[in-house]
Amino acid sequence: MGVGIEVNGLNAWYGTNHTLQDITLHIPANEATALIGPSGCGKSTFVRCLNRMHETNPIAKVTGEVKIGGQDIYSETSAVEVRRRIGMVFQRPNPFPTMSIYDNVASGLKLNGFRNRRVLDETVERSLKHAALWDEVRDDLKKKSGASLSGGQQQRLCIARALAVDPEVLLMDEPASALDPVSTAKIEDLIFQLKSQYTIVIVTHNMQQAARVAERTGFFLNGKLIEFDSTHKIFTNPSDKRTEDYITGRFG
Amino acid sequence: MATQFQSSTANRHWRWFTNHAATWLAVGSTILVVAPLVAIFLDLVYKGASSLNWDFFTKLPVPPGESGGGMANAIVGSIVVLSLASLMGIPVGIAGGIYLSEFGRGTKLSTVVRFTADILNGVPSIVMGIAIYGLIVAPTKTFSALAGGVVLGIMMIPTVARTTEEMMLMVPHSIREAALGLGVPNWRSVLSITLRTAMPGVITGCMLAFARVAGETAPLLFTALGNDFWSTSLNQPIEALPLQIYTYALGPYDEWHRLAWAGSLVLIVLIVVSVSLVRYVTTRGVLKGAN
Amino acid sequence: MSLRIQEPRAPKSADAATPVDGLAPVAVPAPASGVRAFLQARGSSSMADSTFRWVMLLCALSIFAIVGLIAVELVVHSQLTLAKFGLKFFLGSAWDPVNSNFGALPFVYGTLVSSAVALVIAVPLAVGVAVFLTEMCPKALRGGLSFLTELLAAIPSVVYGLWGIFVLVPLLRGYIDPVLIKVLGWTGLFVRPDFGIGMFAAGVILAIMILPIISSLTREVMTAVPYTQREAVLALGATRWEMIRMGVLRNARIGIVGSIILGLGRALGETMAVAMVIGSSPTISKSLLAPASTMASVIANEFAEAADDTYRSALIEIGLALFIVTIIVNMLARLLVWAVTRGAPARVN
Repeated sequence: MGVGIEVNGLNAWYGTNHTLQDITLHIPANEATALIGPSGCGKSTFVRCLNRMHETNPIAKVTGEVKIGGQDIYSETSAVEVRRRIGMVFQRPNPFPTMSIYDNVASGLKLNGFRNRRVLDETVERSLKHAALWDEVRDDLKKKSGASLSGGQQQRLCIARALAVDPEVLLMDEPASALDPVSTAKIEDLIFQLKSQYTIVIVTHNMQQAARVAERTGFFLNGKLIEFDSTHKIFTNPSDKRTEDYITGRFG
Repeated sequence: MATQFQSSTANRHWRWFTNHAATWLAVGSTILVVAPLVAIFLDLVYKGASSLNWDFFTKLPVPPGESGGGMANAIVGSIVVLSLASLMGIPVGIAGGIYLSEFGRGTKLSTVVRFTADILNGVPSIVMGIAIYGLIVAPTKTFSALAGGVVLGIMMIPTVARTTEEMMLMVPHSIREAALGLGVPNWRSVLSITLRTAMPGVITGCMLAFARVAGETAPLLFTALGNDFWSTSLNQPIEALPLQIYTYALGPYDEWHRLAWAGSLVLIVLIVVSVSLVRYVTTRGVLKGAN
Repeated sequence: MSLRIQEPRAPKSADAATPVDGLAPVAVPAPASGVRAFLQARGSSSMADSTFRWVMLLCALSIFAIVGLIAVELVVHSQLTLAKFGLKFFLGSAWDPVNSNFGALPFVYGTLVSSAVALVIAVPLAVGVAVFLTEMCPKALRGGLSFLTELLAAIPSVVYGLWGIFVLVPLLRGYIDPVLIKVLGWTGLFVRPDFGIGMFAAGVILAIMILPIISSLTREVMTAVPYTQREAVLALGATRWEMIRMGVLRNARIGIVGSIILGLGRALGETMAVAMVIGSSPTISKSLLAPASTMASVIANEFAEAADDTYRSALIEIGLALFIVTIIVNMLARLLVWAVTRGAPARVN
C-alpha cells in the first residue's frame, strides 16, 4: 500500500536561484496527485526533492521537512535508502542500454544485491504485467536489449523497472510528454490501475491529463504553490485568479 | 585611372596565382606525407612477410651466421612484460578516469590532473626507463621483467585515464539518474551501469595504450635489458620484441635484418588493428541505444 | 469560469480486474512484501561509497606521484656529477668517460640542431596537410587520409629506425645528399664526407615522426575557428587561399604555434630512431652530414656500457635535463593549444 507525503516549508535552490519557496502541502496516500504549472515553475524540482534527487546536483540546496509515511527523509534516513522506497519515472525513457529487458526490470533488485532467481522471475513478470508490457515482450525478455523497444514501450519498461522494487510512492515527471497519443493513453490507464497500490505524484504540463487521472491537483507558479485542491475544484472553480488564468490559457 | 586599372589587373593575377599555388602546395604536402607511410608499409610487408612463418613464432634465435630460427623468446617476453604492465596500468588508469568523470567534474583538482596526465604523456620514454632503473634495478641489482612491466605500466596510466574519462563522459546523464533513482548506491551505479555502458570505448582506449607501449624500446633498455635465451622469470632480464628488433637492426648479419623486418611487421599489424578499432568505436558511436 | 475538459475518467474496462485486451494493464494482487523488506534492510552504503571515492581519488593522484617519482629518482641518481660539475656540465664539449671528464654540450647541440632540422622540414608540410584536409579535401577522402596520418603517429620509434637504416640512409647517401652538397655546399652545412647517417638523417626521420602531431593539432585548432570568420572574409571577395590565410590561419595562429611546440617536445625526446641513424659521435660539427649524437641517443647507446657510477650519473643527469626541458616545452605547448580550443587539451598520444 502507498503512504502519504507531508511537505512543510520546503525551500530549494539551484546555486543562487531560489527555485522553490516555502512549499507546504499534504499528498494523500493511494491517490494520484497532479502538479501543473508553466515551464520553469519548479514542479519538477519539487518532485525531485521528494526522492532527494535534487541534491545530486553539486550546486543544489534544500531546506525544510519532507515526511514520507511519517518519516522525515532528510534527517532520519540516507538518500540512497529514501530512493529505494520511492520509484521515479523520467520525462525521457532511460532504460539501461547494455541490459536486456529482464535485467532492466530486475536492475533495482539485482544491483542492490538480491539473488533469489525465483523471486526475481516472479517480480519481473509481475512488474511487466503491471506496466502493460508483458504480452509484448514475454518471448524476448533476455534476448532483446532495453533500448531496442519503441519509445512508448521503453517508457513502460521504465515504469516496470520502477515498480519492481515495490516502492511506496511513485513519482512521474511528465512521463508521457515524449510519447505518442496511443502510448499516452496506455500510461494514463496504468496510473489508474496503480493508484490502488501506490501513491502517485505526476508532473504534467497537460491539463487534460491532470484532469483525467488525478484526484488532487497542485498549481505551481514561479516557485510557489499557488493552489492545492481537488482536481474538480481546480478546474471548475479555482480560488486563485492566477490559477484561473493558467487554466484558461492566458499564459504558460 | 589607367594605372589603377593596370595594377588591379596585376593584382588580380597575383591573387589568382597565389590561390592556385597554395592549393598545389597543400596537395603536394599531403602527397609528400602519405608517401613515406605507404613506402614504409610496402617495405615492411615486402621484407617482413616472407619471414613470417611458423618458425618465426616458435623458434629461438640461432647462432649468428646460421639461417632459420625465429623470435619466439622475444614474443613471449613481450607478452610477459605487457601483461605485467596491463595488470598495473589498466586498473589504476581506469580508476583515475572514473574519478575525473564521476567525482571530479568541474573541480580544479581534476583540471590539474588532466593537464599533468597530458604532460606525462610527453615525457620521453627513455627518461621513464632511467627513473625505474633507479627505483627497481639499482636496488635489486638485477635487470628484470618486473621492472620492465612497471615502467610500461606507468606509461599506460595517463593514456588510459584520459580515454576512460572521455568515454565515461559520453554516457548520457539520464542513465546515471535512472540508476540513482532506483536507490542504487553510487559505487554500484558507476561500475555496473555507467562504466558498463562506456565499456566498448574504455576497452579500445586500453588497447591504444597497450599498442603504444608494445612498441616501446628505450625504457626496456634499462629495465628488461633483453635476454638471448628462453626466460619468463620475473626477476631476470627478459627479451622483448622491440628490443630484439633494435639489436638485430644494428647487427651485421642479413639473417638478423630479415628477422627485424618480420618483427616490425608483427608490431605494425598490432598497431593498425588498434588504431582502426579506436576509430570504429569512436566514430560509429558504440554506445548502443544510449543516444 | 470553468474550462471545458473531461472529468476524471474510469478505466477502459468496467471491471478493473478483467483485462479488455491483452494490452490493458492487469490489476494483480498486492505484491510480495519480501522485496520491500529486503531493500529496506540494505542500509545506506555510505561507507562503501566513500571508500570507493577515496580509491578512485588515489588512483587519479597517482599521476602526480609518478611525476614526483621520476623527478626524485633522476635527481638522486645524478648526484655524483651534479656535485662534481655543476652547471658547467652542459657547457663542456669534451665527453671523455675514460678520464671521467664529462661535458654534455655536444648532445645539447645535437638535440637542438636535429630538432631544428625536423621542424624546418615538418612544419610547412604539416600545415600544408592540415590546410588540405580541413579546407580543400573532398569529404570522401578525408576519413581515409586522416586515418593514415594517425597511423603514421602510431608507428613505433624502433620501426622508424629500422626503415631509416635500410631505406632512408641509402636514399640520402645515394641521391639526396649529393644534390644538397652541390647546391648548398657553400653554406658549410652540407659538406663531405657523407655516409648517409648523421644529423640530417636524424632530422628527416624526426620530421616524419612529429609531422602527424603538428598536423592533427593544427587541424583541430583550424576547425575550432568559427565558420562565421570564414564567411566574413569570403563576403569581402577573397579567394579561397586568402580566406584560409586571413579567416582561419590568422585566428588559429596561437594554437598552431602551440602544436609546433608540442611537435618540438616530441622531437627533443625521441630516442630510438635517432639513435639508429645519427651515427653516435659525441662531436660538434657544422656540417649536417656529419655524425652526431643527441641527449636521448647517447643515453640509449652508452648506458649499457657505463661501468662506473660517475659515468652512469653523467648519463642520468642528461636524462634529468631532458625531463625538465620536455616538461617545460610541453606545458607551454598545451597552454597555447588550450587557449585556442578552450577545453581539455587535445589527447595526442
